[in-house]
Formats: sequence, C-alpha cells, structure tokens
Amino acid sequence: MLQNFIDAYSPDNLRYLLGGLWITILVSVVSIIGSFIIGSILGVIRYVKIKYLSAIVGFIIDVIRNLPLLLILFFTYFGLPNLGVKPEIIPAAILAMTIFESTMLAEIVRSGIQAVDSGQMEGARANGLTYWQGLWHIVLPQALVKMIPAIVSQFISLVKDTSLATIILLPEMLFRSQIIYGQNTNYIIPMFVAIALMYFVVCYLLSLLSRYLEKRQA
Amino acid sequence: MIHIFQAYGGTLLYGLGQTLLCSFIALIFSLIIGTFFALLEESPSKIGRRIARAYIELFRNIPLLVITMFFYVVFPLYVVKMNGFTAGTIGLTLYTSSFIAETVRAGIQSVDSGQMEGSRSNGFTYWQAMRYVVLPQAFRYVIPPLGNQFVNLVKNSSTLAFVGGFDLMYQGNVIASSSLETMAAYSAVGVLYLIITMPISYYMRYLEKRLA
Repeated sequence: MLQNFIDAYSPDNLRYLLGGLWITILVSVVSIIGSFIIGSILGVIRYVKIKYLSAIVGFIIDVIRNLPLLLILFFTYFGLPNLGVKPEIIPAAILAMTIFESTMLAEIVRSGIQAVDSGQMEGARANGLTYWQGLWHIVLPQALVKMIPAIVSQFISLVKDTSLATIILLPEMLFRSQIIYGQNTNYIIPMFVAIALMYFVVCYLLSLLSRYLEKRQA
Repeated sequence: MIHIFQAYGGTLLYGLGQTLLCSFIALIFSLIIGTFFALLEESPSKIGRRIARAYIELFRNIPLLVITMFFYVVFPLYVVKMNGFTAGTIGLTLYTSSFIAETVRAGIQSVDSGQMEGSRSNGFTYWQAMRYVVLPQAFRYVIPPLGNQFVNLVKNSSTLAFVGGFDLMYQGNVIASSSLETMAAYSAVGVLYLIITMPISYYMRYLEKRLA
C-alpha cells in the first residue's frame, strides 16, 4: 500500500497534477473577474429598478441561478455547436462559469447595495450629486467592502465547481488524476487522496480568508 | 423543444423521477446528519466540537464530484459494490450535510442565549433545553436557508450524470446524443429543472421577507 503511494507520487505525476491545479486556478480566476464585472452591472440594474429592463434582467438571473451549472456547461460546449459556434474547451468552461457566477454575484451586489444605509444616498443627493454619481462615488464603494467576504465564498464554490468541467474534458486535476489511475489501478487511492488534499488546502485557505475579512468588518 | 418532449417524454419523466428521488433521500439524511453535527459543534464537549468542525470543513472544501467519484470508483474496489445512483446519493448527502450543519448552527446561535439559561435555571438538562426550547425556535429561522439548500441539492444532483445515475441530466445527454439536437434537448432538461427549483426559491424568498 505504502509502495503504491510512493510510486503514484512520482515527480512526473505530481507535476502533471499540479498542472491541473494551475488550469483550475486559471479558469476560476478569469471567470470570477468576468463575473464580477458582469454581475455588478446586472446587480445594479436589478437594484435601481429601470422600467421593464430590471424585471427582465431579474427574471433571467433567477432562471440561470436555478439551473445546474453542469447544464450550462453542456449548453456552452455541446449546445453552441448546434447554433454554428464551436468553442474550444477552456473558453467554453470559462464562458459557462462566467454566465453562472455572474448571476450569483449579481445577487451579492444587489444585497450589498441594499445593506448600505439609505442616509448615504440621501446625503449625497442633498449635497448636489446626481443619483448615478451618488451610486458610483458613495454607495458602491461602501457596498463593495461589505460584499468581499461573500465574493470570496462564491470564489470557493467556483474553484470546487471547475471539477465539473472534466465532463467536457477540461484537463484540470480530477481529469488528470483519472488519466493517471487509468494506467494503474493501484494508484486510485493515492490519486483521490492527492486531489482531495489539493482542493481542500486551496478552499480551506480561502475560507479562512473569508472568515477573517468578515470578522474585521464586524 | 416541444418535439423533444413529445418524442422523449417518458425518458425525461423517468429522469425527473430519479432526480427527485435522489434529492429527497439526500435531503432527509443530510438533515439528520447535518443537525447532528450542528448540535455536536454547539455542545459543551470540546472533543465533540473538534470532530464536528473537522467533519464540516472536510466535506465543505472538497468538490462534490470528487466525493461522488470516490464512492463510485474506490468503494467498489475495496469495500462494497454500489451502483451510480447509490454512490451519487451518498456523495450528495455527505456534501450537503456539511452545509446544513452550518445553516442549523447559525440558527441555534441566532436564538437568544437567555432562552437556554432560562430553561437551565428551570431545571432542564442541557439536551432537554436544546430539544424543547432552543431547536424549535431555531428551525423557524432556518427554514428559508434550508429551502435554498434543497434547491442547491436538486441542482447538484446533476452530478449523478457522471456516474450513470439515470437522473434528468443523464437522460438529457442520452437524448442530446441520439437526437443530435443538443440545444433543444438541454433546453427541455433546463425547463424540467426550473419547474422544481424556481417555485421553491421564490417561496423561500417570500418567507425570508416575511421573517425579516
């Protein structure tokens, strides 16, 4: 058993797995940045109540939030070719994660804005700022600070969810571990231990960060 | 999309049934396990708190798919044979129980500590006070987040497709590859998921507003 672990953790295999971790982090970071931008826009639209537009955006957000991420991955990778667009694996994964996460972030942004004391906006307006100036310069910066712990938590689930993209053959950790233990079934347990540990370390550190940020605000 | 329903209605309904069955089983067991670990983490025992914390952190920070694959790939080799549906449901239960434990714990903490002190000074033991005074009050606050966990559970049950669990997502893949109309097939699957998840999330949002 011990020999299996030693053999399975050969430098080549470890380097191969760590390459998978790199893909996971790459996809997660690009997606969270994209979804932060899109999610902020959607969240603000949903918050400010523009006639019709806010209702439509709100409904689309609710629809996407209530679908499994796996289904959205299938839409972007297997569904889009049906419409004549054929995305590569990594862009398809990033696209799906961004679509899904931006609706999650939109809700976080909206509740973040709502959590800012309404006196802030009133004060800004009373001092001669327009509504949008008040939102941009006064309310949003304060809301952002309140949102950070929730965004970090969302990032944790994003990191975990990238494992779903093995189904479209994204070469991340889980996918690569399957290739390694596919060659030698003795490596199954060592591989599961390794990827569970890697995910755990990344996500646990992030959750400590989120908790620390939350405490510092309180 | 309509013709997908007409041609593959039975398959889709069977998948929907499997998704609902797996979600209900996982919900019941993860409620039991989650509440148990929430109580353990709030208990006076220091070892108990450590064990509960370790359990919650372990299953919160490992992807559901890795847990499910562990039961699907490793268990049959060394312990006991199980089909995809069982492996998927076990994975889903363990994963969700850690989130439910956190939710229930937050509910217990939101109950005023005077409730516990009051019942203790009236002669209740710790567990009696928990059972008859604190938990009933905690569950009222916990229902909206628990409903949202159930929505997540239904969505996460799509991982059964990885292990051949014959759930809705699995059937969607089968239909997509046999009809070659991927967009229509996945849209049909999406509509069926929304029929389950949307009403629950809207109702939970309503409850949340009423409680606030």
